[in-house]
Amino acid sequence: METTNAQSNLMKGMVRVLSLTGISRPVQNSKDIAEKESDFSVNLRWRRFKANAFRVVLIGTVTLAVMMLLILLYEIIRQGAGWLNWNFITSFPSRFPAKAGIWSAIWGSLWVITFTAIFSIPVGVGAAVYLEEYAKRSRLGNLIEINISNLAGVPSIIYGLLGLVVFVRAMALGRSVTSGALTMSLLILPVIIVASREALRGVPNTIREAAYALGATRWQAISAHVVPAALPGILTGIILSLSRAIGETAPLILVGAVAYVAFVPEGPSSAFTVLPIQIFDWSSRPQESFHELAAAGILVLLIFLLTMNAAAIFIRDRYQRRLKW
Amino acid sequence: MVEAQTIAEPILETENLTVAYGSAPAVKNVNVRISQNQITAMIGPSGCGKSTLLRTFNRMNDLVFGVRIRGKVLYHGRDIYKKGSDPVEIRRKVGMVFQKPNPFPGSIFKNVSWGPSINGYRGDLPELVERCLRKAALWDEVKDKLNDSGLALSGGQQQRLCIARAIAMDPEVILLDEPCSALDPASTARVEELLLELREKYTILIVTHNMQQAARISDLTAFLFQGKLIEFGETKTIFTTPKNRETEDYVTGKFG
Repeated sequence: METTNAQSNLMKGMVRVLSLTGISRPVQNSKDIAEKESDFSVNLRWRRFKANAFRVVLIGTVTLAVMMLLILLYEIIRQGAGWLNWNFITSFPSRFPAKAGIWSAIWGSLWVITFTAIFSIPVGVGAAVYLEEYAKRSRLGNLIEINISNLAGVPSIIYGLLGLVVFVRAMALGRSVTSGALTMSLLILPVIIVASREALRGVPNTIREAAYALGATRWQAISAHVVPAALPGILTGIILSLSRAIGETAPLILVGAVAYVAFVPEGPSSAFTVLPIQIFDWSSRPQESFHELAAAGILVLLIFLLTMNAAAIFIRDRYQRRLKW
Repeated sequence: MVEAQTIAEPILETENLTVAYGSAPAVKNVNVRISQNQITAMIGPSGCGKSTLLRTFNRMNDLVFGVRIRGKVLYHGRDIYKKGSDPVEIRRKVGMVFQKPNPFPGSIFKNVSWGPSINGYRGDLPELVERCLRKAALWDEVKDKLNDSGLALSGGQQQRLCIARAIAMDPEVILLDEPCSALDPASTARVEELLLELREKYTILIVTHNMQQAARISDLTAFLFQGKLIEFGETKTIFTTPKNRETEDYVTGKFG
């Protein structure tokens, strides 16, 4: 008697655990529903099995992705956390790991990202507004659209080459913050344009009609209603693409950001380094201590990125709650 | 083809108007004269072109890609589609209320005041907002929350807000494109009551799917079918002794 009770308790517990994962659910016995002769071969058992098997596969993929991220984070924190202190933040790079820091890289990243934002936001949003609100649908328009989408998929090092040829050499801007920021702007412009167009397309046409019906010009309708309504989406796209730019390394290596910079950039024409390049440089050195410094640098970069992404999510949620129709 | 009757001075008039989206004409060769200070209803089955016709009166069709318009639309005798005429000008005088209430996602106050303010209104905005909300029979419900979002109102209130917004431009004509189709019967009754009051000052054109509504509130009724104006006349005549077979079949509910 006792054993059966314990067994049934165990069974109940297992069923509960399984039902939490959604793998097994108590299902009414299909035989209860009188099965008449019919054209249907219901075969519920096999179908349920397939449905559950698929669910297990999906849970597996999610677990795999999350596990990878956790392992990565754990490894970085294990290596880098010990080095992460105020000294590390406020020191310039050095040959001696104990004295090395990321002060110039942090400032370099801030300079580059600020100038990237200044260059890319007006151009990107402007282009999106033009393509979405002004341009007539035509073959040329379609071609431009396909082109922009493709540009978003071009490897970043190609943009580096372009930046080197056009900004550093042809325009003689040198290996400066400006060159780096312009190159980064090229890199993220397609993303900003695509995201902004998507946001503008999501603004219901009824809003445009309402504005036009009141005798608004196109510019009045767009500036007062269409763009503000699309702003959450546009801002999210901008922040996400800027956070992509802050983590990019390859194009800036080509444009000539250097790893050893013992000063904070003084202006747009100053030489510079950025966080990912500093990290790249440290991790390619043989000494173990520099690898740990690199891990600490990654932690700082991650904090930057997570803050920006959190800001994007915050902005989106905040505005979306206000804009419901 | 049916000769449009002249009951009062026409304010809007079409001459051989044909509107096509791409190659398919939605409105074919329509001649209609809209009288001042009357409610004109446009009825007909889905796809008969009544909304398209309505939208030519304030050039809202311009926003549709690939639309082609032939013939004339005269407003006080002037062709609004003449080369060089600005659609912004006609839309100031011919306001519109849409099928789905579409307040701007801003405050109630701003919903009403935006149109006048972008068109250089020099009077007292708060006074104008109050006057329009009163005319739209909405003032008592919203006077304490003018800064709340227009989207927070109920569907019927939103539609009256849209009417207030249209009135604020001091138009001569108000076009309504199935304004009650998204509203419940009580809200519909309020809007209809409102339209009957507004007739004193404005010329009203209303597209409706609801024949009882057309019969209840309109002075004149136009019946459209397959893009053509089949019959146009006094509402009473259209609903009791229509001249045309198709009109009779439609208003008696044989099809539609």
